[in-house]
Amino acid sequence: MTGPTAPRKVAVALSGGVDSAVAAARLVEKGLEVAGMTLRLRAKPDEPPVPGPEAIARAGSVSSHLDIPFHVLDAQEAFQRDVIDYFVAEYAAGRTPNPCVRCNRFIRFGLLMERALALGADALATGHYARIRRIDEGYQLLRGCDANKDQSYFLHALTQEQLARARFPLGRLTKVEVRRLARRYALPVELHAESQDVCFLLDGDYRTFLAQHAPETLRPGPIRDASGRLLGEHHGLAAYTIGQRKGLNISAAEPLYVLALRPEENAVIVGTANELGRDQCSVEDMHYVSGEARQQPFRAEAQIRYRARPAPVRVNPMSGQRVEVHFDQPQRDITPGQFLVLYQGDVVLGGGTICEAQNSVL
Amino acid sequence: MINLRKRRIYLDHSATTPVDPDVVEAMAPYWNAVFGNSESSHAFGREAASALGRARQTVATTLDCHLSEIVFTGSGTEADNLALRGATWAARQAGHGNHIVSTPIEHHAVGHTLDQLRDLFGFEVDRVPVDGHGLVDPDDVAAALRPDTILVSVIMANNEIGTVQPMAQIGQICREHGVLFHTDAVQAPGRLSLRPDDMHIDLLALSAHKFYGPKGVGLLYVRRDTPLVPAISGGGHERGRRPGTVNVAGAVGLATALRLAEERRLGKDTGLHALRDRLIEGILERVPDSRLTGHPIHRLSHHASFVFLGIEGESIVQALDLEGIAASSGAACAEGEPEPSFVLKALGLEPAWGIGSLRLTLGRANDEAGVDRVLDILPEIIQRLREER
Repeated sequence: MTGPTAPRKVAVALSGGVDSAVAAARLVEKGLEVAGMTLRLRAKPDEPPVPGPEAIARAGSVSSHLDIPFHVLDAQEAFQRDVIDYFVAEYAAGRTPNPCVRCNRFIRFGLLMERALALGADALATGHYARIRRIDEGYQLLRGCDANKDQSYFLHALTQEQLARARFPLGRLTKVEVRRLARRYALPVELHAESQDVCFLLDGDYRTFLAQHAPETLRPGPIRDASGRLLGEHHGLAAYTIGQRKGLNISAAEPLYVLALRPEENAVIVGTANELGRDQCSVEDMHYVSGEARQQPFRAEAQIRYRARPAPVRVNPMSGQRVEVHFDQPQRDITPGQFLVLYQGDVVLGGGTICEAQNSVL
Repeated sequence: MINLRKRRIYLDHSATTPVDPDVVEAMAPYWNAVFGNSESSHAFGREAASALGRARQTVATTLDCHLSEIVFTGSGTEADNLALRGATWAARQAGHGNHIVSTPIEHHAVGHTLDQLRDLFGFEVDRVPVDGHGLVDPDDVAAALRPDTILVSVIMANNEIGTVQPMAQIGQICREHGVLFHTDAVQAPGRLSLRPDDMHIDLLALSAHKFYGPKGVGLLYVRRDTPLVPAISGGGHERGRRPGTVNVAGAVGLATALRLAEERRLGKDTGLHALRDRLIEGILERVPDSRLTGHPIHRLSHHASFVFLGIEGESIVQALDLEGIAASSGAACAEGEPEPSFVLKALGLEPAWGIGSLRLTLGRANDEAGVDRVLDILPEIIQRLREER
């Protein structure tokens, strides 16, 4: 493994799924002392708990199967503060949040890592498809070898300190290999269940969640075109995302797309396909994995969503933690609130929050 | 899967114990060689009934009581339920009083049953306070008694803090006032004298798995002529007091384990006092801001319980588990903010101390090396957890 000094005791974040189970089994096989840990994220009276009881039970069965200790740690308070409140506030501000990035930074590799170290572990492993490489200057974060499963996007906000204590035993494996290993280890997990996108959303529907927890984000308002002409009514900014075409309920000669959300006037701005592309955006709270902010412009590949194709860009560092990103080709769905993650090849340089998309030449 | 596992140390004997090999052996014939229903009138039934009779005799000899005073149940919790429901319902039937006296540090088997008797059945329940060591003052019990008091229930030795109550004095008061005296004595076998007559006890509950017997079998001692309504209804087993086919293997296991526990307690076996004191003194000496909970003298011989300032007990238990050491904590973190257990609250411990509780309970397999390993590791763990906060 390409990690720092070999750990003796490793805590593994178990979700009850196949990936984290195989990650744990690999570490056990290496002869490390391994302990399974699962975070209780939400357990409110009138809501389905997160994770669900079956997931916790499976994580427990995996631990028994591997003959390792298993503990469920409470993270409800931090999860509410660092993930749910953020999620709701971003939608309220007309942006499209990514709670998983926040969760990895503050909960998994924040609270859980700190708890694990305090309990006596030397490192925290997860079932993410990503790699860590030790170099002279510190640690690099790399894409997982399985291009289809690569999860480095979600991990771009990790710091050097976090990477020094993190382990990704699946980084060099493909999903197919992971399933094969799960069968070989006879792990008590479902081999073909895919993990949900956002764990606290029932059926993956964020609108139901917002309707329940932040009804103010679903206030109806006007749909306008770029010139300000009223075209219809929307069901609340949170129900729309940049580039969205469906669900506008406006009849027009040409298909219309969401161009922008304007929280200050609670308006959705729409336009035709040729109005959609943007080739520039500013990014705030830029985090560099290396820990050192760049001062000079540089070229990189940018991913504007988890599954987006990496796009070649030029990055101009500005004052503070802001950068301007210029795309070689216009992008149709640069979405404020989403994370823009910069890569050079497989190496994650870092990333930040998209705050505004513009066009360089109008 | 192969896992490299270091030597594990079990320090949670108040939760449960392994079954003594002699007990396993004694139970062995009653799974399939002798399997009859003890109520059947044929040879198979008679074999089972005779085994059950011998088990009952063993228990009666150990408790120095009469055969008819022993009721086998499915657990210690069930024995407590039978005692409390049975005695109060019988009093209700006879038109006697309506008032129960207990303590704030009862096991849930008693505490929650009393709550239900109050909330659903209209009984009045008063709980006399305990002092900072968890001791009940017999004078408080005397003062709480009313003409309509029907039952006093006091846990003989508390599971969480190990404090042993002045049973004989409380029993004396109950006897003088003609009030039934029940005790949950689940933690007592092998550690304390159990003879109900010596303590004027009318109802006494035990659970086999706490003293190297099998799980799933308990016992209620019921003083002769104590009116008792069966808590569950069914057939006439156990003189109609506990319907349900009797677990003969379990009863034999309980009886054997109880006899062995009493023999060891009275024999040359010096018990676990010395190990316990090594643990208590070592921890209080090596861990800053630590306190013993429960009574320093009137406590179970295998029981060491502590609180540590400013940390959560559950975290200590988890960290010890990662080292292969099994312990427990009274404090339960139900949702978000951890709270001291109800027992520690009753002692008046402030929350900064009360959430950091740790219980280490020794057993036959423990030795000095194991205790010293805890003394080596625990200070480090506590320090690390305190730094994390």
